[in-house]
Amino acid sequence: MQGKNIQSRKWLHLLLNEAGIGLIFVVLCGLFAAFVPNFASLNNISNIFTQISINTVISTGMTFVILLGGIDLSVGSVLSLCTILAGMTITNKALPFPFALVGAVGASILCGMICGFFNGFVAEKWKVHSFVVTLGMLNIARGAALQISGSRTIFSFPAAFNAFGTMAVGGVPVIFVMAVTGVSLGHFVLKKTVFGRMIYAIGNNEEAVRLCGHNTRKYKISAFVLCGACVGVAAVMYMLRLNIASPILGAGFELSAIAAVVIGGTSMSGGKGSLVGTLIGAAIIGVLNNGLLLIGMKDFARQMVTGLIIVAAVVLDTYRVRLSRLFS
Amino acid sequence: MDKIASPRLLQIDNVTKTFPGVKALLSVNLEVRRGSVHALLGENGAGKSTLVKIVGGGYLPDPGGSMTFDGAPYAPSSPYDAIIAGVRVVHQELNLLPYLSVAENIFLDSLPRRGPFVDYRKLYSETGLLLSRVGLDLNPASPVELLSVAQMQLVEIAKAISTSCKLLILDEPTASLSSRDAERLFGIVRALRDQGLTTIYISHHLKEIYEIADCLSILRNGEMVTTRPVSGTSIPQIVSAMVGRQLDSEYPVGKTPASRETIMEVRNLRFDGNKYPVSFSLKKGEILGIAGLIGSKRTETVRAIFGADRKKSGEVFIGGKKVDIRSPADAVEAGLSLLTEDRKGQGLVLDMTLANNVTLAAPDKVSRAGVIDMKAERLSARRLSAELDIKTPSVDQLVRNLSGGNQQKVVLAKWLFKDANILIFDEPTRGIDVGAKYEIYLLLWTLLEKGKGILIVSSDLNELMGICHRILVFSDGKITADLERGDFDQERILSYAYQNYID
Ligand SMILES: Nc1ncnc2c1ncn2[C@@H]1O[C@H](COP(=O)(O)OP(=O)(O)OP(=O)(O)O)[C@@H](O)[C@H]1O
Ligand SMILES: [Mg+2]
Repeated sequence: MQGKNIQSRKWLHLLLNEAGIGLIFVVLCGLFAAFVPNFASLNNISNIFTQISINTVISTGMTFVILLGGIDLSVGSVLSLCTILAGMTITNKALPFPFALVGAVGASILCGMICGFFNGFVAEKWKVHSFVVTLGMLNIARGAALQISGSRTIFSFPAAFNAFGTMAVGGVPVIFVMAVTGVSLGHFVLKKTVFGRMIYAIGNNEEAVRLCGHNTRKYKISAFVLCGACVGVAAVMYMLRLNIASPILGAGFELSAIAAVVIGGTSMSGGKGSLVGTLIGAAIIGVLNNGLLLIGMKDFARQMVTGLIIVAAVVLDTYRVRLSRLFS
Repeated sequence: MDKIASPRLLQIDNVTKTFPGVKALLSVNLEVRRGSVHALLGENGAGKSTLVKIVGGGYLPDPGGSMTFDGAPYAPSSPYDAIIAGVRVVHQELNLLPYLSVAENIFLDSLPRRGPFVDYRKLYSETGLLLSRVGLDLNPASPVELLSVAQMQLVEIAKAISTSCKLLILDEPTASLSSRDAERLFGIVRALRDQGLTTIYISHHLKEIYEIADCLSILRNGEMVTTRPVSGTSIPQIVSAMVGRQLDSEYPVGKTPASRETIMEVRNLRFDGNKYPVSFSLKKGEILGIAGLIGSKRTETVRAIFGADRKKSGEVFIGGKKVDIRSPADAVEAGLSLLTEDRKGQGLVLDMTLANNVTLAAPDKVSRAGVIDMKAERLSARRLSAELDIKTPSVDQLVRNLSGGNQQKVVLAKWLFKDANILIFDEPTRGIDVGAKYEIYLLLWTLLEKGKGILIVSSDLNELMGICHRILVFSDGKITADLERGDFDQERILSYAYQNYID
């Protein structure tokens, strides 16, 4: 009994300390499960997994950028541009399916990386804040997507492609598996590699890192390229899930991604945060959207409540430290 | 005549302070007499800054202790409370706002106004007066960002004396000051004492204590060891109370001569703001010192060599070969390293662990294929912590939580871990205690045996004379003397340091 008590205290302490926002997530899920029929059904959980996958992958890239004290507002329209390029490749009748598939995925990721490079390069070379550069890219990519596609939506992808998107392994949707793989890889990079270490260090004190003889510019541009690559992957996932490519999709994606990162505890001024937090942040947004919809809340009201809860979650998080002291 | 009734201005009873894993203060008692200058001494990490932060309202002590100030119970819960009560603290770490002007920083909480507007004319003229009091020749409107560490330190002092208070606390104010500026500070402190002000003074320069302090207290590992009058106490007595053992001399003896081989040569280096080209050479196995007054462009020179700031022209030869250094990355590639004077702003990543900071300049040494071997990293950090005697509960401690002197040792550890061939140190022992300094000097000598060359900028002339083979004297950006060890002489070096200002 005593031992168990200590154990659970330790867990609580860990939860508060390491994943304070995780507690909020658990509480939220508990509330919905208790009061909303169907919320906890396998089917609905699988739905939530699918719904948060794309945002999770974009947020993963966004986390790298925000850890450096930057921001990427262009992810939504770049994602749209990526789907157009990938959609045109995969529906190209001249290419046999395997080539078309590889080409489409490659085109999407490459497109994302090029946009990311542009963002990073301009921001670094001319010392313009990424807020401004990516705001420009938001328009550039959107315009390019409309131009290239002739403002038309692309669909009728190969059946095998669409079928893959609906697959599930052991009840878990395949695109969620992709998302979790992405986050795990990102987590490994951030926590275990020299690259990740430099991201944190630069986010905290760029001058100190520069004076150590590291090329900080290289790392900063790489973070934007990585964010672009994530967007490219997210674009393919979008096509897998909804089976369309369109020049008008993705509006507002940047805000969901930024929200996920910030709810997850990553500091907007850089240097502090983790992908575990980001994953939980994305999950909170997903659960909210899903649960409120199940309650039957209308669009506008849902948006308001989601906004309120996001603010509340972040405010609550500031009490986390005090709470955790209470339990230690 | 009330004062006589209570000679104690501040009384600390039984104050304890614990941080996770660290007992910083253990039932400390202290009495500070009204109108005295009270020195607070102790090794790095002894708890000096923690104690004055408690008095200044920066930290809350653990429950159980108590304080009285000016005859009333005193328990400040914020720096604001302390200021209201009449306590002013100049902290060890500089706390100026970099993008505001010198004047705005000094009068931040009491800007002179005319109606709703700031009265800039009055602000600047009052600042001008204060600056001349601390001996700073600066435009009050210039942003703090552009100042050197020593200048910032003087601005902090000017800020502290800008309003009247009852107790002034100075935490290592002279760590980065030259002796001339330190003398001026002593003058100010003495004058304030004569007006009845009480001062608590922390320093690792023990000789200073005899110049200004009446009483001294010594902390060791968080415990108050002794409080006694300064007169009748000798430096060896102080040192042995501080570190718990005898220290025979300040500087190690048994120097090997430098080799004849030149390891680095600088020719006609020019950079922004310097009228004179700089040329000198550094030999293998040599410690070359750079002496000079504050603002004599010593820091600027080494930064230009290292590529930290742009240089206009000039050549650097390493091992006889010309190298083109345009950035710190180029410099490190060429085998150079630079320890900067501003540890907080340019040396450390405060929110990362000690181990992370130690490997920051050479992460590749503890990683394979870009993946860090955390175990190897901790081991290296532990080895260097032991070598430099860094006081910390573990190498996973955030550097922010270390004491000032121990933070400085972390910066040193970082560059020792990098193990470059040519080491440039700008104020390497800033804030480090006497015992640890000795160990560091010994370490430098072992580096020399490995064939490295060391260039040291220091405001502590005794330190330079104690450890260098050769000293270059800078005067307003010009090298006015190149002295061999046999010719070292304080008066002489100082006169060379002034030379170019007089002409
Ligand atoms: N915020 C903190 N969190 C954890 N430990 C701390 C914190 N501040 C200080 N310490 C620890 O308390 C001890 C005393 O530190 P303090 O800064 O008072 O030393 P100091 O005597 O001022 O040393 P120095 O001469 O190096 O400035 C040190 O071991 C330090 O690591
Ligand atoms: Mg201190």
